Amino acid sequence: MKRKSRAAEKAIELAIALVAMSTIASILLIFLFVMREALPIFTSLKVQKEASLARFFTTTIWQPVSDWPRYGFAPLILGTFKITFVALLFAIPLGVGAALFTSEFAPRRAKEFLKPIVEILAGIPSVVLGFFALIVLASFLQRVLGYGSRLNTFNAGIALGFAVIPTIFTISEDALTAVPKSLREASLALGADPWQTAWRVTLPAAQTGILASILLGLGRAIGETMIVLMASGNASLFTASVFDSTRSLSATIAAELGEVVFGDPHYNTLYFIGTLLFTMTFFVNLGASLMVDRLKRKLAGKL
Amino acid sequence: MAKARFSFPTALTGAMTLTIVFIVFAILGNIFWFGHAHLSWEFLTTPPKEGMTAGGIFPAIFGTVLLVFLMTIAVVPIGVVTAIYLSEYARETSPLTRLVRLAVSNLAGVPSIVFGLFGLGFFIQFLGAGMDRALHLDLTFGQPCLLWAAMTLAVLNMPVVIVTTEEALKQVPEDYRHASLALGASKWQTIWRVILPQALPGVLTGAILAISRGAGEVAPIMFTGAAYFLPQLPHALSDQFMDLGYHVYVMATQSPDVEATKPILYSTVFVLLSVTFLLNLSAIALRSALRRRFQRG
Repeated sequence: MKRKSRAAEKAIELAIALVAMSTIASILLIFLFVMREALPIFTSLKVQKEASLARFFTTTIWQPVSDWPRYGFAPLILGTFKITFVALLFAIPLGVGAALFTSEFAPRRAKEFLKPIVEILAGIPSVVLGFFALIVLASFLQRVLGYGSRLNTFNAGIALGFAVIPTIFTISEDALTAVPKSLREASLALGADPWQTAWRVTLPAAQTGILASILLGLGRAIGETMIVLMASGNASLFTASVFDSTRSLSATIAAELGEVVFGDPHYNTLYFIGTLLFTMTFFVNLGASLMVDRLKRKLAGKL
Repeated sequence: MAKARFSFPTALTGAMTLTIVFIVFAILGNIFWFGHAHLSWEFLTTPPKEGMTAGGIFPAIFGTVLLVFLMTIAVVPIGVVTAIYLSEYARETSPLTRLVRLAVSNLAGVPSIVFGLFGLGFFIQFLGAGMDRALHLDLTFGQPCLLWAAMTLAVLNMPVVIVTTEEALKQVPEDYRHASLALGASKWQTIWRVILPQALPGVLTGAILAISRGAGEVAPIMFTGAAYFLPQLPHALSDQFMDLGYHVYVMATQSPDVEATKPILYSTVFVLLSVTFLLNLSAIALRSALRRRFQRG
């Protein structure tokens, strides 16, 4: 009886470990199967006539649907970069500033109100944010700033900022709250005022966590699709201005995959863009999770 | 903590906080204001008509409910078991544990459009087409459909369920485990009969968050099963379906008559937002209830 139950326990443990490994399998399968459809770019001469690494990075025109298809990544990469830049420029000060206020200065009751508010923002589906940016924000920003094209980089960047703020706020706030009370008390006892304490003591002590929050926000911003697809105007222009319409890597996949011919160079190219997005966000998130690990060990007193 | 007197920096960070609050209320308020007018029982129970410029959204509501239902069946068991592994069995230093943790955190960061590519490349072209060949079917599973959209969303939501459930399991005090083991229960009996029931609100929170996220995601299902327009309801796993979020995207960007669609569009967004909003609110409430339970006890 006893031996039997011990064997059963072992079997259960093994089964549970196997299920847990499905997470590892998932991430591997995602990488493998997205890359598989991009592979002809490297192996098929027929595909390479239209779409090859050299062509991706030597032309500045993205024009996949024409008699003379051209697959220059430059406008898409620049577009992603511009939108992400605007989003972070908007979201970092707001997210970190609000986190600082919430953890250091806000009365307890305000805190209990602020955190759910941000959670609600985090819960708004990105298609709803995209809708809001397309219908409301775009007209509002155009009226205030008076620029030409209604849907542009700036509009998409701000809307994307809405989606990034919760990530930055939540993780920064956690990091700030985790700073030991004794540090603050020591600073206050030395005569620093609460703001000096927050700015010179608490914030630097939480800097790893805040940096991790920014990295996670960056990862989210690079990959976010629906907001950018709906708010940016989607013209693949190669210009520096943030008030021009633009097209990102992610939005390109969403906009074009539905109409592409299966196994066509265009199809392979879209999967290649997917591989690129996967790789970029993978490393950004890896950096962030290493930082969070470091922070955890530091707070546990092991570093 | 010393009370902050009024100073410029506190006012500045306070203003930043208020800006965020303002943004949230502006979005919710705008959608409520323009969205509630067109709502009616008929709107919720009839299919779209006249190129989506009239009629309701019933097929989209039905499709979304079915989609998240299937997704939940797939993701909750896998997610909960993985969380049990991480919280109860895993040794933090073992390479396997670290790999699982790394996979979970990276899975959470994969862009949703990449999940769409994955669903199309793996579930549809590989699994689905393979099933059709093996079972000698005509094109059945080798095309975008309800089943594969739900599976794609299930993979996407794995981290949500795992992280939330693990947090809940960790909150169950060690004493419970010791007491159960001391009474002669085996490890699995302890988990199944003591720990899991105690952490149930947390498991529920994870499922609710996954449902809420699943109901709102569009990019992963655009190419794996959601239909542009389909007045009849899906009745098999291999059917395409309409989805609320995708319907919002389609109406917002591809409507033949933007002004005529606008009231319907707003009301659809209102319905989608209400669903995710209520789900998230209940998740927040459940989570804090769980926290309070163990703080008192």
